[in-house]
Amino acid sequence: MTMATDDAPPTTSKLSEERASGIAAVSQSRRDDLIGRSVTINRSRDELFAYWRDFSNLPSFMDNVERIDILSNTTSHWVVKAPGGRTVEWDAAITEEKPGELIAWTSAEDADVPNSGRIEFRDAGDRGTVVTATIAYDPPAGVVGKVIAKLFQREPAIQARRDLRRFKQLMETGEVATAAWTQKQRDEEKA
Amino acid sequence: MRALTWHGKHDVRVDTVDDPEILNPRDAIIKITSTAICGSDLHLYDGYIPTMQAGDILGHEFMGEVVETGPKSTLQKGQRVVVPFTIACGSCYHCGKHQYSACDNGNPADNQDIGQEMYGQPMSGLFGYSHLTGGYAGGQAEYVRVPFSDVGPIVVPDGLDDEEVLFLSDILPTGWQAAENASIEPGDTVAVWGCGPVGLFAVQSAFLMGAHRVIAIDHFPHRLELAKKFGAETINFEESKTYEALMEMTGGIGPDAVIDAVGLEAHGFFVDNVVDQIKASLFLGTDRTHSIRQAIHACRKGGRVSMPAVYGGFVDKFPLGAFMEKGLTLKTGQTSVQHYMPALLNAILEGKIDTTFLISHRMGLEDAPKGYEMFHNNQNDVTKIVLKPGLAVAAQ
Ligand SMILES: NC(=O)c1ccc[n+]([C@@H]2O[C@H](COP(=O)([O-])OP(=O)(O)OC[C@H]3O[C@@H](n4cnc5c(N)ncnc54)[C@H](O)[C@@H]3O)[C@@H](O)[C@H]2O)c1
Ligand SMILES: [Zn+2]
Ligand SMILES: [Zn+2]
Repeated sequence: MTMATDDAPPTTSKLSEERASGIAAVSQSRRDDLIGRSVTINRSRDELFAYWRDFSNLPSFMDNVERIDILSNTTSHWVVKAPGGRTVEWDAAITEEKPGELIAWTSAEDADVPNSGRIEFRDAGDRGTVVTATIAYDPPAGVVGKVIAKLFQREPAIQARRDLRRFKQLMETGEVATAAWTQKQRDEEKA
Repeated sequence: MRALTWHGKHDVRVDTVDDPEILNPRDAIIKITSTAICGSDLHLYDGYIPTMQAGDILGHEFMGEVVETGPKSTLQKGQRVVVPFTIACGSCYHCGKHQYSACDNGNPADNQDIGQEMYGQPMSGLFGYSHLTGGYAGGQAEYVRVPFSDVGPIVVPDGLDDEEVLFLSDILPTGWQAAENASIEPGDTVAVWGCGPVGLFAVQSAFLMGAHRVIAIDHFPHRLELAKKFGAETINFEESKTYEALMEMTGGIGPDAVIDAVGLEAHGFFVDNVVDQIKASLFLGTDRTHSIRQAIHACRKGGRVSMPAVYGGFVDKFPLGAFMEKGLTLKTGQTSVQHYMPALLNAILEGKIDTTFLISHRMGLEDAPKGYEMFHNNQNDVTKIVLKPGLAVAAQ
């Protein structure tokens, strides 16, 4: 068993054992893939937490998420765009919550794309808040699904990075940047 | 509306495209009254900048009249504004430090991927300058959508002509930042490679910052003549050996600060330059970098290198040894235009900086393709072309 001896997060490790420990930290089962992304946002921890905690807000910056229905205080139903104009769906439940600090979730047993993870908020002094998303997921239909997803730019690692950037834009500037110059173009970009 | 669009190397056209609309709360729509063609546009024209797409609207130096505003814009209809070419949000960490060209939010999230992969971190958005910097439609058009209009554009006081303030959009702040990046000390001799608009504004700025002597280098007699008008001494690199001349003109010391205002399309028949051209045509090494090499070679020990010139990719034969051994400092970057606009507008109002001298040609928007060709083929006489969408097409 080789574990890393440095201070880098497990999401950036080259060692499979170290990555596995990172997955175990956010998920019950041994998943195929682990994503970790951090972004620093020039806003307070509480403000960011509050916006994220209301899951109905998430589609405003997660371009891939078609809609989220709130089922109860801790459960929600996700409808997410997939390659080829299809959608995948799952129920998710919050498994841990520390106000202003962290939200952890896991998808229900029968999810199309089993996933779980956590979003953490840490103070960054006069730079605002570091927001870290750690997601473990089973890509649809194994390797082939992953390749297809990549082709369609719906690869979860890329998507997570873009979602966090849009979250930052929305929180810091009040809007999500677009280079479109007509509404029609913007709608096409999002489709 | 009508707009100048890019279709490939040496192929730009005026097309009819959709009018821009307000999309975000902080947007404004500007009706263009004047827009200039920039040396940076020639890099696109010559096909040196990757991630261009057919139909992209060019133009990043522009001004005009506010005709529509989003609910969060602070502009008012009818105001005349000059728009900075860097698209910056004003509220991120970098904007807070006035590093506007490093704004985290000006570039749309999807487009940031390219910059992240190429450079490690994505840069801000720019108008009309490839998808690497956002893929925003530029201002060589009748109208343009301006994001973050509450923090970018500067309102022009009554009584100033377009031509007096247009260059606040890019090249005047760029020349100024270039001189500032040279950390000029009283008594310094500053050498400037390239007497295009950026170089000529760097010459003026260097003197205003206390340079004792400025030596300007180019091969176009008319452009060198303009540099002379502002008090610079000149070297025509076709008539004289630049390094040798600089050493003799500085008593064997070398210039205290050097400014590369040429960029990746350095002209001239130099051995390393020819190798670069061959490599560029084979896509082996993308940037031709004669001027920055020569600047580092000539710079005095412990001196400063300022590089406003644009480079996009990788270079080899960079004189890393000379750079290290002589203990030089290099400062560079896309200009943080928003930071410099207010003070430079004042300098124009007070008559400290002359801007209109630069303009050699004025044309209607429909003539823009001809303008690109002229600017590309005759840089001696064509120092700056201003396009005015309101101006009738010239008789053919
Ligand atoms: N940093 C920024 O934000 C910023 C903004 C605007 C422009 N730029 C860049 O600044 C550079 C200059 O812009 P410009 O509009 O003045 O361009 P320009 O093309 O009008 O001028 C360049 C000048 O350099 C001269 N030159 C070519 N090879 C030379 C050599 N080997 N030695 C000395 N001079 C040489 C040319 O004859 C020409 O006069 C370009 O690379 C442009 O992309 C940067
Ligand atoms: Zn320019
Ligand atoms: Zn910003």
